[in-house]
Amino acid sequence: MSTDTPSTDDGESMSEAQLQARIEELEEAVADLEADDDQKKMTIVATQGSFDMAYPPLILASTAAAFGWDVVVFHTFWGLDILHEEKSQSLQLSAVGNPNMPMPNALAALPGMDRMATRMMEKRIDDNGTATIDELIELSLDQGVELQACQMTIELMDYDEDDFYDDVTVGVGAATALQHMAESDIQLLV
Amino acid sequence: MSEAFDIAETLDVKGASCPMPVVKTKQAIDDLAEGSVLEVLATDSGSMSDIEGWADGTSGVKLLEQVEDGDVYKHYVEKTA
Repeated sequence: MSTDTPSTDDGESMSEAQLQARIEELEEAVADLEADDDQKKMTIVATQGSFDMAYPPLILASTAAAFGWDVVVFHTFWGLDILHEEKSQSLQLSAVGNPNMPMPNALAALPGMDRMATRMMEKRIDDNGTATIDELIELSLDQGVELQACQMTIELMDYDEDDFYDDVTVGVGAATALQHMAESDIQLLV
Repeated sequence: MSEAFDIAETLDVKGASCPMPVVKTKQAIDDLAEGSVLEVLATDSGSMSDIEGWADGTSGVKLLEQVEDGDVYKHYVEKTA
């Protein structure tokens, strides 16, 4: 349907009936647009695969789904590990270069420090009643969040499509992500 | 306070933190019939703002009341559609 102003080249003004029809046409168009806006869309691009950085995209995605939004999380590069069934169990918190760590970098760089920092955080998460990464993935998928695994990265990392949680979408690339981003009200890069 | 509503179901999310109170509330509401009221019991202080924001931004639900009762935050949400 065209929303161009009807031509009045012949110099004649539109009749009242024509105007009325035109108004109805435009009202319908507005109603269509409003209906489209009813469901918000969000796209998150998850690029990080450390333990701490797995949380923000999953928490936002599962909460957005609770609002009834259409949510896509596109996982690429290290973010892919969040969806990798095996790797997601052993995501690490980096002790080095983390200004919130209660130790100098020279100490943080010692072997086993990342593992220790991760254990500490896991304990805090448990004590605080914060969900695990596993739970958040399951919660997101249950609620219809589309978790996408970047195909290029799957091949780059030499992963197999079967390595990922069931219901993870594979075989998608940047164009698919961009398409959803273009339609989204909210786009986040994490 | 809670006696004012006919509570169809109670959801206990005490001990759970963000985003669980909101997400579990949404899931519990989905299982209720229209017109039913869900009582949510939480200990997450962020749930006061979060459930209010969720109810405000979600169609088909209405937040009737929020009560702070000691360490427990009680929320009453009606399924309106």
